[in-house]
Amino acid sequence: MSIIEVNKLNLFYGNFQALKEITLRIEKQKITALIGPSGCGKSTFLRTLNRMNDLIDDVRISGSVKISGNDIYGSDVDLLALRKKVGMVFQRPNPFPLSIYDNVVYGLRVHGILDKKIMEQKLQWSLESVHLWDEVKDKLDQNALTLSGEQQQRLCIARLAVVEPEVLLMDEPCSALDPMSTAKIEDLMYELKKQYTIIIVTHNMQQAARVSEYTGYFLLGELVEFGETNQIFTSPKDSRTEDYLTGRFG
Amino acid sequence: MTTLERNEKLIQLALLMIALSAISILAIITLFIFKEGMPIMFKYGVNKFLFGLDWYPTEQSFGLLPMIIGSLAVTAGSLIIGIPFGLACAIFLTEFSSLRLRQIIKPIIELLAGIPSVVYGFMGVIILVPFIREHLGGSGLSVLAASIILGIMILPTIISISIDSLQAVPRSYREGSIALGATKWQTTKMVTLPSAKSGIIASIILGMGRAIGETMAVIMIAGNAVSIPHSVLDPVRTLTSNIALEMGYASGEHRQALFATGVILFIIIMILNTIANATAAKQRTK
Ligand SMILES: Nc1ncnc2c1ncn2[C@@H]1O[C@H](COP(=O)(O)OP(=O)(O)OP(=O)(O)O)[C@@H](O)[C@H]1O
Ligand SMILES: [Mg+2]
Repeated sequence: MSIIEVNKLNLFYGNFQALKEITLRIEKQKITALIGPSGCGKSTFLRTLNRMNDLIDDVRISGSVKISGNDIYGSDVDLLALRKKVGMVFQRPNPFPLSIYDNVVYGLRVHGILDKKIMEQKLQWSLESVHLWDEVKDKLDQNALTLSGEQQQRLCIARLAVVEPEVLLMDEPCSALDPMSTAKIEDLMYELKKQYTIIIVTHNMQQAARVSEYTGYFLLGELVEFGETNQIFTSPKDSRTEDYLTGRFG
Repeated sequence: MTTLERNEKLIQLALLMIALSAISILAIITLFIFKEGMPIMFKYGVNKFLFGLDWYPTEQSFGLLPMIIGSLAVTAGSLIIGIPFGLACAIFLTEFSSLRLRQIIKPIIELLAGIPSVVYGFMGVIILVPFIREHLGGSGLSVLAASIILGIMILPTIISISIDSLQAVPRSYREGSIALGATKWQTTKMVTLPSAKSGIIASIILGMGRAIGETMAVIMIAGNAVSIPHSVLDPVRTLTSNIALEMGYASGEHRQALFATGVILFIIIMILNTIANATAAKQRTK
């Protein structure tokens, strides 16, 4: 069953067209990987799904993006609810320079849940779900920036988990991490997929092959090919995809 | 040693000399003030200076308490006015206005810092003092008038340094917050402001320094009466005004007592700075 349907999506930064006629469907509770050379529009595409591009001046968008059947670019969209439902993990871990506790419960506070008991329950539950609880339970009031990069990235995922999103957008979540930490985050993604639909942008082919069920290949703003990861990696239909995968390009 | 290394050494040496001479000039000024001011304080008792109510410097009566309270009152008043307006303005310009507007307004605000204080004082005398006299009572020359003018004078400092520190907050913090479904204001209040806190506190410290040290504008609008104010409409004299008003004709012990005024001002500023820096440091480690 698909949760996200994108239809003929075009995006312009001023006069520059960064996305061209993107059409695809994202399956629920699966991991979809987006690959492609630098500057081809992967991040831009990801940011259209939670409307983070709204923060940039001079962006024009046409086409439609439906999430659970609702057009998120419609006139009556509740942006705050959309972003709660579609969470985002950034390339560089970006915990707030606040305590670990304040970071995790941030989403609750923002959405008006101030009950101490609920906060503490959710805190433990979300930190456990990213396997960080045991490491930080004794130093919850410590500044989150004192954690290691990988712990910070886990914390950012926990910070999302408390608001119970349905979709997780991950923009190169491991590119600032070493291979060991990357493996840990990948393991985490496997577990998370039971609960969330995950879309991950990655430059790492092996990672895409390892973790994802579906893969999309972007080139110069176009979605060249989209399909099951197995099929894309073993028998790509488009010669440009093949060139990229075999390293003859990019 | 190559020529390059020798040049490097020479440059280092030159910089060291310049730094040392700048520091020693400051040290000499400080020493001079203390040397001129301390003896008379010990002769008549430090308590008399700090807590005495009467200032008749030609009759050996050197009570500075009214002026100490005057300085603290107008400084506090200026902060009460300057901090909320300055912060609101900085927040609006960095978080809620367009880049274009900010690029136009920020240089204008910085220009305001360059207006001579006598001009601010003049505006106070012409507009503010009569307004207070007619609508609130009293002579108009008052703590209130001085606080408002000083509050306006410290705005450029507070605004431009706060803007700089808000802009230094990484974009990724704001994005992280917005991506969680927070509103702009929630993001500002819960993430951006706490992240910029030490810079904002620094802007307030600098503003406070400017307010407590300001002389000309205060002389023109504070009334300069040597008495403890009972309301914001009463006139006051500040420590700086006291020195400036009497330095011209003071001699002997009177002159020394004005240096003592300077010593006390110096110490008050040191104490306020230390408190402010300590709070800033505490906030940072949090
Ligand atoms: N705010 C912006 N204003 C103008 N152009 C932009 C903006 N952001 C991105 N672009 C352009 O849009 C294109 C796509 O950028 P995007 O960041 O989506 O690429 P990407 O596939 O994520 O690349 P990378 O792998 O390097 O992260 C690039 O050519 C980039 O220069
Ligand atoms: Mg990118």
